[in-house]
Amino acid sequence: MRTLSKQELDQLGRELDAIQAEVKASLGERDRRYIQRLIKIQRGLALGARGVMFGSLALTPLGPVSWAVLGAGAVMLGVAKILENMEIGHNVMHGQWDWMHDPDISSATWEWDTVCPADQWKHSHNVVHHTWTNVLGKDRDVGYEILRVTDAQPWYPAALGQPVYNALLGLFFEYGVAMHDVDIKRPLKESRHLLRGIGKKILRQVAKDYVLWPLLAGPFFLHILLGNLVANLIRNVWAYMIIFCGHFPDGAQTFTEAEVEGETRGAWYLRQILGSCNIEGSPLFHIMSGNLSHQIEHHLYPDMPSNRYPQVAPRVRALCEKYGIPYNSGSLARQFGTTTRTILRLALPGKRGGARPAGTPRPAEVT
Amino acid sequence: MTMTATFWSRLGDVASLVATPLAPSHYLELVNPLWSTHKLEARIEDVHDETADARSLTLRPGRAWRSFRAGQHVRVSASVDGRRVTRTYSLSSSPLRRDGLVTITVKATDGGRLSPYLARRARPGEHLTLGKPQGDFVLPAQAPVRPLFVTAGSGITPVMSMLRTLALEGTVRDVVHVHYAPRAKDVIFVRELRRMAADAPSSYRLSIVHTREPGAARFGAPALDALCADWRHRDAWACGPQSLLDEVARVVEPARLHVERFVAARAPLPAGAAGGKVHLRVSNVEVSADGATPLLHVAEAAGLSPAHGCRMGLCHTCDATLNSGCVRDLRTGQTIDEPGARFQPCVCAAAGDVDVDL
Repeated sequence: MRTLSKQELDQLGRELDAIQAEVKASLGERDRRYIQRLIKIQRGLALGARGVMFGSLALTPLGPVSWAVLGAGAVMLGVAKILENMEIGHNVMHGQWDWMHDPDISSATWEWDTVCPADQWKHSHNVVHHTWTNVLGKDRDVGYEILRVTDAQPWYPAALGQPVYNALLGLFFEYGVAMHDVDIKRPLKESRHLLRGIGKKILRQVAKDYVLWPLLAGPFFLHILLGNLVANLIRNVWAYMIIFCGHFPDGAQTFTEAEVEGETRGAWYLRQILGSCNIEGSPLFHIMSGNLSHQIEHHLYPDMPSNRYPQVAPRVRALCEKYGIPYNSGSLARQFGTTTRTILRLALPGKRGGARPAGTPRPAEVT
Repeated sequence: MTMTATFWSRLGDVASLVATPLAPSHYLELVNPLWSTHKLEARIEDVHDETADARSLTLRPGRAWRSFRAGQHVRVSASVDGRRVTRTYSLSSSPLRRDGLVTITVKATDGGRLSPYLARRARPGEHLTLGKPQGDFVLPAQAPVRPLFVTAGSGITPVMSMLRTLALEGTVRDVVHVHYAPRAKDVIFVRELRRMAADAPSSYRLSIVHTREPGAARFGAPALDALCADWRHRDAWACGPQSLLDEVARVVEPARLHVERFVAARAPLPAGAAGGKVHLRVSNVEVSADGATPLLHVAEAAGLSPAHGCRMGLCHTCDATLNSGCVRDLRTGQTIDEPGARFQPCVCAAAGDVDVDL
């Protein structure tokens, strides 16, 4: 990739701004119907899933059939939780749908179905991650403070346990996300108020899925508890997979604080492109990934309604070609595969890869 | 609370814990929006064009609806081109209606956001969100009432509720009503009014003045004298444009006068308006600002420290509410002028005088 001149960066910024302005001006009834229909489907699916799980209890004399139906209900609930977490919750909390002035679908009021409190998420994600995307030492998403994901992070002995942390993070992803706003490098008592909020949310979620719903099943308490556990696991693992493909696959770049000092708008846009990776797939896959499969577009335009990302993606890709900027896009297998390989390799010391292929210019290196 | 009420209340609490972070209402509304308890929805059951630009919408309110007094108004929200718009309309039906339905009568205003949609596009089966009935433009509780009604244009709507109520109660005994409209075809509810007057001409004295026709009598003491000798001894209810209300206030004794003012939600913006007086409502501070300084910076320069995050219009941490006036998004040039709209002070500047929740 060749270096971009200051004028080219400014022009890139203007062209990307223009795409956003065009989309903003065109938002209307069709977009509203998209999110309303999606929410209706998701809530219906969640309720239906619980109904299926309870229905399976009536089939217990049939042994394996009952377990199969319970499993189907758990999968349905897992899918519902995925939709709520990703395409709906994450996007609503980004303010993508605030333009509708609908108090029920607003970043100001949305609370999502995970153990992470919405207000803490909005800070750690909307403010910290999206402003400091991929800046080492500032963006906590670079390894989530427990994983070494790039050579630029120096090795430490505890990294040897990475394969285990990685697996645990995948299984219990929502708990990792819940702790995300807490600065674990500072003494925990400084984060008392955050921890209290997290504790309250965990209590409500655990009470719902592992106490109250199971209690409604009477003697079949454990069946429902297991079903809900599986549903949460499905959501955790899927979200972990998609999110880890956002900034860790081969080709993604990290940056230092010095490099982003005095960043212009064009340079900010460039950092978002260089630090993000897309996943290719069907329209259904895009929805199931919360359109984080369009990570590049999401990072360029965090508060653009997600249903528009597939529409602007070809234009963004064309702009990248025009300016000679790499547009990192690949299959789920490729993106997740290289990510996992990196995490496993970086458990060991020595130069083993991760972000930044050699020869890519830093945004600040402009003439 | 009674035993059953307590039982349902406890059940509701358990249902909330099981539905968290949603409320049971969010699931109920999937089946029928009228069952929602966290907001008040109404279904449009029927629409009826009263004149070329005024339409009555018959609504079935949801479970959270409580009754109202004739003459009161409600906030009505609908989604127009994807965006929720809220305006206030008088209820034109009587609270004594047996079928539990209510009506609002909406006249399409030039440049309006919600009224053209309601008056021309809204169809039966669609839903609106309502607020609770409000207002003190009501008849006194004790009968008999010998009112003087002075209305013009769509100002007839709250008075129509009063007239229909008196008719249902059977207490239309000595009502005088003067109504102003540009031409005969602009009179809303004309058939119903004329029928009421014909049925009992001594009980309901109606005078409709077509203001665009030559020789139309202007409102004033002489016009009232011609209509009704004892108007000075009556309580008056007036609703219409500000000019009419000013005239009425000049002539009717303040203690006897009840007025309902229809206020425009948005003031028209002069083209190219930039900067102005900024009223920061939370701290009750007023400062001047130009059209290029984001309101977040304006507030900080005034010594305040509002919540903020990225300071570049991405994270929505600084989102504030626009109470009145207009702000301009400096990134796109788009203006936001809807009262109650949320905007991002880190990228929006004042376009004219504004009042914001900062």
